[in-house]
Amino acid sequence: MSSNDPVEAFASEALDLLDQIEKALLDLGRDLGDRGAVDEVFRGLHTLKGSGAMFGFDALAGFTHHCETAFDRVRKGLSAATPALVSAVLSARDHMRALIDHRDGPRDERLEAAGNLILAELYAAMPESAGGHEPTGQQTSAATHAPNAPGEGWAIHFKLPPGAMANGTNPAALLQELRNLGECRVRLHLDDLPPFDQFVPTECYLAWDVELHGAATREQIEDVFIFILDDMELTLTPLAPASLPGEARSGTATAIANAARPDAAAGQAEIPAKAVVRPQESVRVQAERLDELMNRVGELVIAQSRLAQLTTRNGQVDPIMLRAVSEDIDRLSSELRDTTMALRMMPVGNLFGRYRRLVYDLAQETGKAITFVTEGEATEVDKTVIERLADPLVHLIRNSCDHGLEPADDRIAAGKSETGQITLSARQAGGEVLISITDDGRGLDRARIRAKAEAQGLIAAGTPLSDAALFQMIFHPGFSTASTITNLSGRGVGMDVVKRSIDSLRGTIEIASTQGKGTTFTLHLPLTLAIIECMLVRVGDGRFAIPLSAVEECLELPQTEIIANGRRNFLNVRGQLIPYLRLRESFAVQRPADLHQKVVVVGLGNSERGSSRVGLVVDQIIGNTQTVIKSLSRFHSGLGVFSGATILGDGTVALILDCGHLIALARESQHALAEQTNGEAA
Amino acid sequence: MSASILTVDDSASLRMAIRVALTGAGYAVTEAGDGVEGLGKATATRFDLIITDLNMPNMDGLTMIRELRKSPSQAGVPIVFLTTESDDAIKAQARAAGATGWLVKPFEPTQLIKIAQKVLGR
Repeated sequence: MSSNDPVEAFASEALDLLDQIEKALLDLGRDLGDRGAVDEVFRGLHTLKGSGAMFGFDALAGFTHHCETAFDRVRKGLSAATPALVSAVLSARDHMRALIDHRDGPRDERLEAAGNLILAELYAAMPESAGGHEPTGQQTSAATHAPNAPGEGWAIHFKLPPGAMANGTNPAALLQELRNLGECRVRLHLDDLPPFDQFVPTECYLAWDVELHGAATREQIEDVFIFILDDMELTLTPLAPASLPGEARSGTATAIANAARPDAAAGQAEIPAKAVVRPQESVRVQAERLDELMNRVGELVIAQSRLAQLTTRNGQVDPIMLRAVSEDIDRLSSELRDTTMALRMMPVGNLFGRYRRLVYDLAQETGKAITFVTEGEATEVDKTVIERLADPLVHLIRNSCDHGLEPADDRIAAGKSETGQITLSARQAGGEVLISITDDGRGLDRARIRAKAEAQGLIAAGTPLSDAALFQMIFHPGFSTASTITNLSGRGVGMDVVKRSIDSLRGTIEIASTQGKGTTFTLHLPLTLAIIECMLVRVGDGRFAIPLSAVEECLELPQTEIIANGRRNFLNVRGQLIPYLRLRESFAVQRPADLHQKVVVVGLGNSERGSSRVGLVVDQIIGNTQTVIKSLSRFHSGLGVFSGATILGDGTVALILDCGHLIALARESQHALAEQTNGEAA
Repeated sequence: MSASILTVDDSASLRMAIRVALTGAGYAVTEAGDGVEGLGKATATRFDLIITDLNMPNMDGLTMIRELRKSPSQAGVPIVFLTTESDDAIKAQARAAGATGWLVKPFEPTQLIKIAQKVLGR
């Protein structure tokens, strides 16, 4: 972080702390004896309070103090961690978040009232400390004695504790400070100096007598010795006959903060009054990745200067040299691209962590016992994908808790464990990241979904549908009603919103469900959004890009097939029948076809969908290319066959094919064909 | 040459506040995020002053101070700790561990500079 504004840094740090506190609280909620979690919560609260007070988050600091006190007691074994305490501090954590967000706002009575309610809950949760509102940890040890009247001066006798010098106290600095208070006459006592063989070099054997002239007060002198006052010998005697008795005393430590307070005003608060509290959007990047990036950029600069040298060499350019440089730049830019992409990749673990709280809250809300398991937290996904995944996942998890998992009684009746389980897992498969939400609940009710879909006219009565296709019905807008599994009790969002969010990420959702056993929603997401590797093909005069992650193999279209041009567009690939689409027909290309047509077999690379393969017949395969995806204009956004466009090296535009859509298209035509054949047979 | 100061705190914002205040006053500031890192940096280079938080993950401030004082090379290096409690017991504990002085949070930058000047003897 290059910013030099501590307030801004604190605001962002505070949010991290709150996450950390929440995580530890949830750990504690699962195992009330978890000492590590207690310490972690305490430390988080402690830092939040301390730093909060430093940077002007007074309301936050004051509020946090109560929670800190509570956890200090737990830490010291004075009170026990209870579910009620965990729950209260979780609410308090949310309130702290609100206080941070609200820092610059005007005083908000509702916020204060909410805070007081939470504190009441907190104190109710720790009965041992009834009435335990302790004073906020400051201003308690202020010196109580009145300052002495200034006089002629003081006779000061002092002897440092033996370990003082080893512990960093510098007697010369102390004497200098006394000198700053007035004119001094210093006498050193060596009486305690041991014989040489007993002399320890780090020990302090010295004592001093100082005659200080001037108007210094007792407090000012004690302040000089403040850090060692409790352990040292110090005698102060007024020089001139004065009304005050010059008793020897060992002073109470006065917190330097209090002593220094009054003149702090002169120093001006250096903390800016109006700072941006919303932390800037930032990505945490592993240092090695930055180093790698620097290396690549360095190499690129070298390649660039070589290129510049070549072109300035009096007209003569060596084509071999030029090619070498071009190859270098080619390699570097693709490495640079990969490294830059890697900067945007973040482990999904952070995202997953957030849902522990959600499941905890949902378990409380629904009264179900739920274990939440996460897997594959280290899987890395583009930052944008993670951000845009947050809400759909909330929805899916909520759905699984609300509707997937049965109430405890039903579970026991079904012979299952009383505790339901929600598993959130991530893994990478090829160019995709698969995120799945699995519950071990009742499973989707096929008959009910079918009835609903038929009632809404989404499918004709009796239409044969695979489970996968039937389950997709729940993503239709307005499909969810009070009687169906996707209703979210008045939360106003349906599964269609989830579907749309995933679509916008160029992802797909798959549902697998076994009645009585549970349901799994699997999100197929691209690794990154901005650039994909594509195979460039030509159909007629147009060029099209096929995402390489979908390409399985390329074949020559057998001559027989070209001539046959029959209705049954199937290709026998090593004994397996694969339907194919003639893109020139789909795109109504006029130009005569090339003599040798090629087939690009694309699939969505998942064994569960073994049949999801389709051959795309093209005129020519041009090669692989890095494709920077540009979205289509509003007018073309309805064309599902294309997921976007890209600009090629020569400046022309190529459309990017959406393989998922093409596969669906091929299936439909198969279906239509099958029906037609059936009809003919009848 | 300006005095070198090591600040050990798990809170990046607090370290930043300390760095801004002390570099503004002409000191050279090095940062460490916890006791382990602090101990490592302090034993690698001798600093003129170490300012440390007490409550930190991995190794707390008290342990770090004790570890530092075990090493003869660290004798006499002033160590100031930061604390939110004005509790005398903690101060006594830290002094026994070998701390030179303390500063109670929250503090103003001017207070911090004053303390630095005090223990460094200008």
